[in-house]
Amino acid sequence: MDTFDGMLTAVVFLPLVGALVIVAVVRGDRNIRLTAAAVALADLVLAIIVFARFDTDASERFQLIDRFDWISGTAFTAQYQMGVDGLSAPLILLTGLLGFCAVLASWKIGMRVREYFAWLLLLQTAVMGVFASLDFILFFVFWELELLPMYFLISIWGSGRRQYSAMKFLVFTFLGSAFMLVGILALFLAPNIGHFDMIKLAEEGAGAARTIIPLGVVFWFFFVAFAIKLPLLPVHTWLPDAHTDAPTAVSVMLAGVLLKMGGYGLLRISVGMFSGLVIDYALVLTILAVITILYAAVVTVRQTDLKRLIAYSSVSHMGLVLLGIGSVGLVGGSFTTIGLTGAAMQLFTHGTIAGLLFLAVGLIYDKTHTRYIPDLGGLANRMPFIAVAFIIAGLASLGLPGLSGFVSEILVFFGSFKAYPWLTAFGAFGIVLTAGYILWMVERVLFGPQRDRFAHITDSSIIEAVPLVLLVISIVVVGVYPAFLTDVFKAGIEPIVAMMS
Amino acid sequence: MISEAGIWTIFFLPIAALVIIFLVFRPFFYRRPDLASLVLISALTAALVLSVWTLKSVIQEGPLTFESHSWVTIGDMEVSIGLMVDSLTAIMLVVVTGVSLMIQIYSQGYMKGDPSYIRYFAFMSLFSAAMIGLVISSNIIQLYVMWELVGLGSYLLIGFWHHRPAAAAAAKKAFLVTRIGDFGFLLAILYLFFNRAAFLDQGLNPLNIADIHAAVPLIEAGTFAALGGLGLTWVAVGIFAGAAGKSAQFPLHVWLPDAMEGPTPVSALIHAATMVAAGVFLVARFFPVFEASNQAMSALAIVGAFTAIFAATMGLVTNDIKRVLAYSTISQLGYMMAALGIGAYGAAIFHLFNHAFFKALLFLGAGSVNHATGTFDMRYMGGLRRVMPWTYAGMLIGGLSLVGIFPLAGFWSKDEILGHAWNGGSVVDAVVFSLLIISVAATAFYTFRMIYMTFHGEFKGGVEAERSQQPVASPDEPGRKVHLAESPVVMVLPMMVLAAGAVVSGYLVNPQRGLFEIPVHWFSSFVIPALAAEAEILPLNRGLAAVTMIVAVAFIGLATAVYLRGRRVPKGVEEALSPARQLASEKYYMDDLYERRIVARGFYRYLGGFLEWFDQQVVDGVVDALGWLSRNVGWALGRLQTGQTQSYAMGISLGILVILVVYLVWG
Repeated sequence: MDTFDGMLTAVVFLPLVGALVIVAVVRGDRNIRLTAAAVALADLVLAIIVFARFDTDASERFQLIDRFDWISGTAFTAQYQMGVDGLSAPLILLTGLLGFCAVLASWKIGMRVREYFAWLLLLQTAVMGVFASLDFILFFVFWELELLPMYFLISIWGSGRRQYSAMKFLVFTFLGSAFMLVGILALFLAPNIGHFDMIKLAEEGAGAARTIIPLGVVFWFFFVAFAIKLPLLPVHTWLPDAHTDAPTAVSVMLAGVLLKMGGYGLLRISVGMFSGLVIDYALVLTILAVITILYAAVVTVRQTDLKRLIAYSSVSHMGLVLLGIGSVGLVGGSFTTIGLTGAAMQLFTHGTIAGLLFLAVGLIYDKTHTRYIPDLGGLANRMPFIAVAFIIAGLASLGLPGLSGFVSEILVFFGSFKAYPWLTAFGAFGIVLTAGYILWMVERVLFGPQRDRFAHITDSSIIEAVPLVLLVISIVVVGVYPAFLTDVFKAGIEPIVAMMS
Repeated sequence: MISEAGIWTIFFLPIAALVIIFLVFRPFFYRRPDLASLVLISALTAALVLSVWTLKSVIQEGPLTFESHSWVTIGDMEVSIGLMVDSLTAIMLVVVTGVSLMIQIYSQGYMKGDPSYIRYFAFMSLFSAAMIGLVISSNIIQLYVMWELVGLGSYLLIGFWHHRPAAAAAAKKAFLVTRIGDFGFLLAILYLFFNRAAFLDQGLNPLNIADIHAAVPLIEAGTFAALGGLGLTWVAVGIFAGAAGKSAQFPLHVWLPDAMEGPTPVSALIHAATMVAAGVFLVARFFPVFEASNQAMSALAIVGAFTAIFAATMGLVTNDIKRVLAYSTISQLGYMMAALGIGAYGAAIFHLFNHAFFKALLFLGAGSVNHATGTFDMRYMGGLRRVMPWTYAGMLIGGLSLVGIFPLAGFWSKDEILGHAWNGGSVVDAVVFSLLIISVAATAFYTFRMIYMTFHGEFKGGVEAERSQQPVASPDEPGRKVHLAESPVVMVLPMMVLAAGAVVSGYLVNPQRGLFEIPVHWFSSFVIPALAAEAEILPLNRGLAAVTMIVAVAFIGLATAVYLRGRRVPKGVEEALSPARQLASEKYYMDDLYERRIVARGFYRYLGGFLEWFDQQVVDGVVDALGWLSRNVGWALGRLQTGQTQSYAMGISLGILVILVVYLVWG
């Protein structure tokens, strides 16, 4: 039955329309920037409305549905189906927020401005589409659509070995997509499924699907796609390269929202549809999570390039998402709800925190022209505003209470400690390592005597300050009053957990 | 009786000061920094008044309980925030707001002219708020939040002069070492929450502190479905790990001496009177859990007593006046921990209370001395009693109180601790007693060594002499110059107030017989019932008091002989002591062990180096090797390697299409 709210279609396609307008109509770099900013701001407003309109008390799990038959034939029907639940609504908000920040962070891009902003906006449409789609074909189209803008953004506007990094990103992600596609098709071809409707799959589960290949293999196919995206060990090495060579705004989008596609996929599909299997493999996943957390944290300590350092720390923090998912080992119940809510929260909080870290690092790089940590130092006095934002992001990253990172961490630990106390205790040692590399980085970059060659650098401009302020506010607000987010995530997690027991 | 809002106001006053200073004074009134300090001083004055009112309410009505408020709710789990105001909280509130107020007044003089004066008071506001929040928390998560935030305040204030590499490194070290302890605290919280079902069965919430207290007798009676056997011991050990980090107990004490890189009033407030005492507070807060576990109590007692003597020995050989006081603080915190470990709950809190006054006083005195001489190195001081009589008097009172000389504050509480150990009768009690009585001797010696080196003899040139002899050791800084004069009134006045406290707080609040309106042993009997601990209140053991006094006076005499009269130590003795002296000056090589061997070498070079190599050469190497293979397999495939993105994109799309079609056809 067709139904069309229009809200989600608008939030997904507005950036695309903006991109087309920029390509076709707008002339002049300044006008292009302003248009892009206006579009991104409008999309942020729409995303806020989506988030606000989502009703946690409503009986319908999926809301704001847009649905009509898209490709209908005898062999199969693909629906245009969008909708949000408690899991995706906050992520759409996150994408809107970071998308706007990314546009502002691109203000100084001077080369091929039109193309740049068109790709950046297209990227936003793709990610929004992934979070809003509730039909596998549509989902997959958006999932793939994200590759192209990302590839061009890194390979054209990047630095260093940008061709290599862009290609590495492309190959890894595409490999994952190939696995996912097989998984999707396997489900579709199962005689007792035979559709792409993610709402039905979420509500009925795919655990009983009679697929041609064993269902366990299908589960791992999906898992590989998400593990690459998240990323987890041992398929993480594309991320540091991509981050290091990407322009600032692209790093913000990459760490802030693209990685979250992996976490979202894990929660929506691996946990939400394959609850029986994910419970069977919970121990394996938890071990993988703990290894990812600790291994990446140790490697982070060794990094001397600021962006690589934060990229590796992202890997470590994404391990926490999987650790929270490990709480499914309890086969449902309130601890699983807590752990999964923590995992979902971690997606949001890490998005804002890593986004802010990359913004600050990008500014430092802009002004000092180096990201090599031993060359930096004593910047706090020259750029107090950026320094404060950087320190707040760092403290949030190390899980300082009062800031957002703590909330998701403690929920993850609560959930997974019940399931696997010893493994979680090891994983929780990550908080000590994180404090180590963050504070050491802050010390080396911002503190110490002022260097002569940085005597003339300036603090952030107004345009540069806006995204910093936005993200700092979101980090503090979520840290002090997390309920407005946890209540929504919980509404998305509870039906998933209910299916387990 | 004070209302709930009244108590929350104590917490929100410094928060408001923080916000006002940060958002109003820093951007708009940066030319009038003095106003920023007045904001915090007025906020703390009001907070002190409310704290005294709270204390009065608790004295009259007993512990105050209020409804808690939901912070995060997930399913049937609720993390709430609320107030737990018992006698312990009430006492801590008065100590925190009172000492903080004195120190902020003093800071106006000490920090005058600092370019970051406003930032200083903003950080001080943050710290004061977090410290207040810590002592009023009713929920263990809320407490943990505040616990970490006081750590943040400490980090920011130790590293306040962040352009100095030593300060930046010390701030980081303080945060990291305490975080290792906090890791244990976190595990304890997780373990409590792990047993949530058992709590819920009894209608209790595993995160509410009062409910944890209520669960302990049930666990001991065996009517609780979890946490039997060693369960409570693990919880206690985890909590103690957190406490040991914050209170700088062995082996996590290494950060506190370095923390002296912060401004001296910061050391007085955070690293003497309040935050470091928060570890003692934490153990006291969960005292029923500790009492239920003999192992935990013994660990507490042994670690505390060992720390007391261990730190004192390092204090004997240190030349930096603030570091002497830092070791002294570690040592005195060891007394408190040991007191808790032998069950002397009242005595421990009593000592915490007294220590806050006299140690803050000593630090402020050290700051005042620094103000005049520009240095902290006692080898370049001397003779200051003539130019700064008020500071001298303050330091002397603080020192005598620290040593425990009758009838000053320190005497009463220290004697109560020793009395408990003496009466205890177990092996642990005996060990604690012996270690603590040796510490009394060491304390007397290092305290008067410090006073003589600083105030007696001839002046040895201050920072100017230091610079000429150790140009590397002390980086050139503006504002560090010799200015031999008594400090201004804003600095002397708070010292005199604290000195008054250091003189009378011992006897006045805990008199041996009824004094005016104050009943016998008022303080001890006031704090003890809060947790229904079975600690008894001991009358003064006169024989024991005489012994400790004799020990203390004897070692003051020894210090007098060596440092005032200049008596040569016999050569044989000096040679015999030389290795020990070396060991203590090198801090028993623990910094070397931690920083150089464990962190720099074991962790960073070997483990980190190996994993980084593994990541780049093996994990990523496989990826690159696969890429190389695919690029070079066959000429035809090689031709496809055009490097043109369009063709790759085309390939991707085509591939998807092919897969789709194939499946659809077969489907």
